[in-house]
Amino acid sequence: MERRDFLKKGIGAGIIAGATFSLTGFDKLFAGAPNQAQKGNYDLVAVRGGEPGVMFDKGIEALGGMRKFVKAGQTVVVKPNIGWDVTPERAANTHPGLVKRIVQHCFQAGAKEVYVFDNTCDNWIRSYKNSGIEDAAKEAGAKIMPGNTENFYKDVKIPGGKRLKEAKVHELILNSDVFINVPVLKHHGSARLTISLKNLMGIIWDRRYWHRNDLHQCIADFGTFRKPDLNIVDAYNVMMQNGPRGVSVNDIVSMKSLILSADMVAADAASARLFGLEPADIGHIKIADEMGIGKMDLSKLNIQRIVV
Amino acid sequence: MPYLKKLRVFISLFFFIVIALFFLDFRHYFSEGFISGILFLQFTPSVLLFIKTFGLVAIGFILIIILTFFFGRVYCSSICPLGTLQDFFSRFSNRFIIKRKRYRYSKAQNILRYGILGITVLLFILGSALLVNLLDPYSNFGRLFTYLGKPVVVEANNFLSRILGNWGYYGLYPVNLPAIRIEVILVSLLVPGVVIWLSFWRGRLYCNTVCPVGAILGLFSRFSLVKISIDENSCNQCGKCAAVCKAECMDIKNKEVDFTRCVACYNCLTACPENGVKYSMVQSGRKPTEETVNVEKRNFILTSLVVFLGLSKWSYGAGDIKNAQATTIKEDKNHPVSPPGSVSIEGFNQACTACTLCVSICPTHVLQPSFMEYGLGGLLQPRMDYHAGFCNFDCVKCSEICPTGAILPINLDQKHTTQIGVVRFIKENCIVHTDRTDCGACSEHCPTKAVDMVPYEDGLFIPEVTEDICIGCGACEYACPTEPYRAIFVDGNQVHELAKKPEVDELDQKVDFEDFPF
Repeated sequence: MERRDFLKKGIGAGIIAGATFSLTGFDKLFAGAPNQAQKGNYDLVAVRGGEPGVMFDKGIEALGGMRKFVKAGQTVVVKPNIGWDVTPERAANTHPGLVKRIVQHCFQAGAKEVYVFDNTCDNWIRSYKNSGIEDAAKEAGAKIMPGNTENFYKDVKIPGGKRLKEAKVHELILNSDVFINVPVLKHHGSARLTISLKNLMGIIWDRRYWHRNDLHQCIADFGTFRKPDLNIVDAYNVMMQNGPRGVSVNDIVSMKSLILSADMVAADAASARLFGLEPADIGHIKIADEMGIGKMDLSKLNIQRIVV
Repeated sequence: MPYLKKLRVFISLFFFIVIALFFLDFRHYFSEGFISGILFLQFTPSVLLFIKTFGLVAIGFILIIILTFFFGRVYCSSICPLGTLQDFFSRFSNRFIIKRKRYRYSKAQNILRYGILGITVLLFILGSALLVNLLDPYSNFGRLFTYLGKPVVVEANNFLSRILGNWGYYGLYPVNLPAIRIEVILVSLLVPGVVIWLSFWRGRLYCNTVCPVGAILGLFSRFSLVKISIDENSCNQCGKCAAVCKAECMDIKNKEVDFTRCVACYNCLTACPENGVKYSMVQSGRKPTEETVNVEKRNFILTSLVVFLGLSKWSYGAGDIKNAQATTIKEDKNHPVSPPGSVSIEGFNQACTACTLCVSICPTHVLQPSFMEYGLGGLLQPRMDYHAGFCNFDCVKCSEICPTGAILPINLDQKHTTQIGVVRFIKENCIVHTDRTDCGACSEHCPTKAVDMVPYEDGLFIPEVTEDICIGCGACEYACPTEPYRAIFVDGNQVHELAKKPEVDELDQKVDFEDFPF
């Protein structure tokens, strides 16, 4: 709670100082604060109050820029949530503007190739198109890859898994140098919430197996396989009910938030808090923390908070 | 008049190629309007659509009848794709199989052709579209291309896309086609098999003895204003015209042409060295050829009629499908599910000719051919197969292209409240109940939240169904991971009903963008 109080005071001070520091963000305001890590060494960056692309610019800058994750000549796979055949306002899929900006940053960092794909729930052609992600990714120069047939998925072992011992994983994940996970924060009927860990169900083939064999444990188990190099949680518009597909725009609350972290569990814990739930109440986040996939305890992390 | 034949070849190739592409087009390049426009002239679909809607969009068959009244069965050689397909096989056999094949005049099989037409119409009036479905040339063409042609094209595409993918090009993508049951393929190939076999040896024998459309048009071409005729003065009975007549209707001995069987291919016009074959306005006083009554054949027709009437009864009985060994955990489906826009199973069964265009165009592949699910009367007609896919909430493609009106056009708003079936939950089969782990795959996929997850024991969540907002799309059944029986399934509505719209819970939109709750 100390940290929260400190933050609240900080925000209060920020508002008072707003006129003076109108052009500076809170990151600079806090720059001199004690126990604050150097720029780029944060465990987690949270940004609020802006458009998705702008928040990403600020967030990735605070993490030390995309060059920290993508080196020149590397291939990158960006995995948004494109699960559903709905329009961007419904927020059932990752915001297309965010995907576009991420791809642009990858190319600016010197990426040779950027691929975007998801194993969708609704018809993939319609989902890619109507989510706006296909167009956004292509405009930024990425290649759209299908994930609709089993041929794309290769057998892998999950030695660290308790219930999930093997899976079929999309070849892009296995062949790309950099893996960027871009989930959208949503309510989820099965998993309570879907964030970074749950988003990885879109890179494997047989989801039914997971549903049959303790969903939360399988989600956590798969987290031991290939951790994304960076997780970018889209919480711009958040589906608070009827997830993961949603019924209408009435399920959405505009939260204008973005969470970035290389630690899936940390990113999910912070996102859960944004949603209004305790991370430990979400089965797969708790199990993943216990299995050492990442850290759920946010009080032990270096967090940078930015208001745009 | 050599240009007539060239024109015929050109038009027939156009319809053949374009309609074939409709069934092979797994990437859905063609717009619904274009498809409907081209299929407007297909005879049987047009008749069925007219019966159902009495609309102007359905007067294609009237135009064909008028055309036939003027110029003969132009339809059979130019517009019917199955006709052109037969010409391909006839030509192939002429070239490579049967050396120096010559057609010979044969007598009209009037009892057979009008008998089959009669039974087909009678059965239809009695409520079974079975024979329409089995004998309609357009629908047979569709089935042939969907079940034989499309898998070949898709496999080739998948092979190519894999190779190109290895080179980093992803413009092609693989397509998953659900496997078609072998009995469906066998029955679907039965009639086309006969058609092709006949065309190999006897040209257009199918068109003149079996095809109900050919028989109907023959009734009109008897009175056509412009007919093919043999000029008695210049004809030296060399037989060259009859040798190229795939309808086998040129009677050289009597210097007569049976125009009820002529398919207006115009091959004979250029074959005559004496210019003795004319295509001109009819001279009066020509009487139709005499027919001899064949008692045996008549008896055969009568027997067939009785048998088929019996079958049509059977088809009614089998319409209500109930699983015999209904256990507590086996899905107890009372009815198959017919596609949205079909209004009722009975109406659907009567208007569908199983041409498979909707099966071919459905983006989620949820529309699959039935075998006996609808009963014999609905043989091969598409049904919603929720193990192959589920109906996309925002898609009405099948309703936009159905040429027979079996699936009537609906818009998205109507689709969102059209209940084609109702969800049923079997708690005893559910993972949450049996394994005590969270699952919820059904609720995830539900577009209306007719399947919602509610608190259960030990902090688990279990599905709860709200039937009146369920539209029966089958997403829950498709996603349910239990085997062999699903824990949730959709039972078809015999008559489609109106689903309620889901209630809206307003959310508190007050958010402090400067608050970080961690």
